[in-house]
Amino acid sequence: MSLTIITGMLISLFTLNAPLAPTALKPGDTAIDFKLKNVDGKMVSLADFKSAKGFIVVFTCNHCPYAKMYEDRLIALNDKYSKMGYPVIAINPNDPTAEPEDSFDEMKKRAKSKGFKFPYLFDEGQKIYPQYGATRTPHVFLLNAQRIVKYIGAIDDNPNDASAVKAKYLEEAIASLQAGKEIIPNVTKALGCSIKVKKA
Amino acid sequence: MQQFKHLLLFIYFISGFTAAAQSDVAVPLYEDFASFQKSVLQPESNQVRLINFWATWCKPCVKELPYFQQLHEKYPELPMVLVSLDKKADAKGRIARFLAQRNITIPVVVLADGRANDWIDKVSPEWSGSIPATLVYNRGDQKFFETDFESMEAIEATIDIQSLIKNKQ
Repeated sequence: MSLTIITGMLISLFTLNAPLAPTALKPGDTAIDFKLKNVDGKMVSLADFKSAKGFIVVFTCNHCPYAKMYEDRLIALNDKYSKMGYPVIAINPNDPTAEPEDSFDEMKKRAKSKGFKFPYLFDEGQKIYPQYGATRTPHVFLLNAQRIVKYIGAIDDNPNDASAVKAKYLEEAIASLQAGKEIIPNVTKALGCSIKVKKA
Repeated sequence: MQQFKHLLLFIYFISGFTAAAQSDVAVPLYEDFASFQKSVLQPESNQVRLINFWATWCKPCVKELPYFQQLHEKYPELPMVLVSLDKKADAKGRIARFLAQRNITIPVVVLADGRANDWIDKVSPEWSGSIPATLVYNRGDQKFFETDFESMEAIEATIDIQSLIKNKQ
């Protein structure tokens, strides 16, 4: 009896001490909502978008050349899809002490100079990106209205040249989602900048 | 003042001269992952080798290059290669100049195949696509590190360089 109790205590001790591994989202998983500061100073949550059919959540930033190459495409995507119920929600996951170009003030400047009409949120304290499993910028997560992940990966297959794109992965995923068809592929990989974390 | 002007001219001349001399240095360019895999990666070859994926625009990559250089000088017998993911045009001279300015002598190639979704998994299924990233082949064993390193000692400890050196002999 006492042995069982001790074993039980030991097991719970180990379980409690086990580090919480960051779980990367997969298609079919439910993504968490968040409340993050936008470049206009207001707090933004997905729940604020009452009539949204889904969300184009994109982890992106100021400094990364790959993120920069997609800025104009993000603007065009938001212009096209926010009307259809799929707004772009951009989140900067980088720690500005590790990458000063990605500070909140620099985000405000970039949003203004590029004329972002979508929220550009700051993942202050880097609490949200690990719960999505974002690893790079840019990194897209397409969610439906219930925040179920439908597609993860790249916007398209040609970062360097928007005019030479052959596969518009994200747009094709949205079209399939709207048509109630299976999304193929629902995960793609792309080159990008690592997410910048402050070193101890 | 006149002397200063001469000095400036002299510096200008020298730097222009060295830049011109180096600008002709082209590094091997692979525009197609299949040819890169066959000639550079050789995943089936039972080799011992360290392969670092980087780019000139990637700050943490550039920061860790000197640590890989120190490793290269400490273990010259360990085969290493830097795989630049810069633009195709950079293979003609810019990459060689960039590395020469930083005294990096590790062999380098440029991989400029834009269809990254088709080949990232072929480098390693563990790779999400962010750089820096380092791939290590150790006699059929393969390890992948999607991280940057803070020192040469950190590389030695994380990658278990001693095992590579032992297996290389």
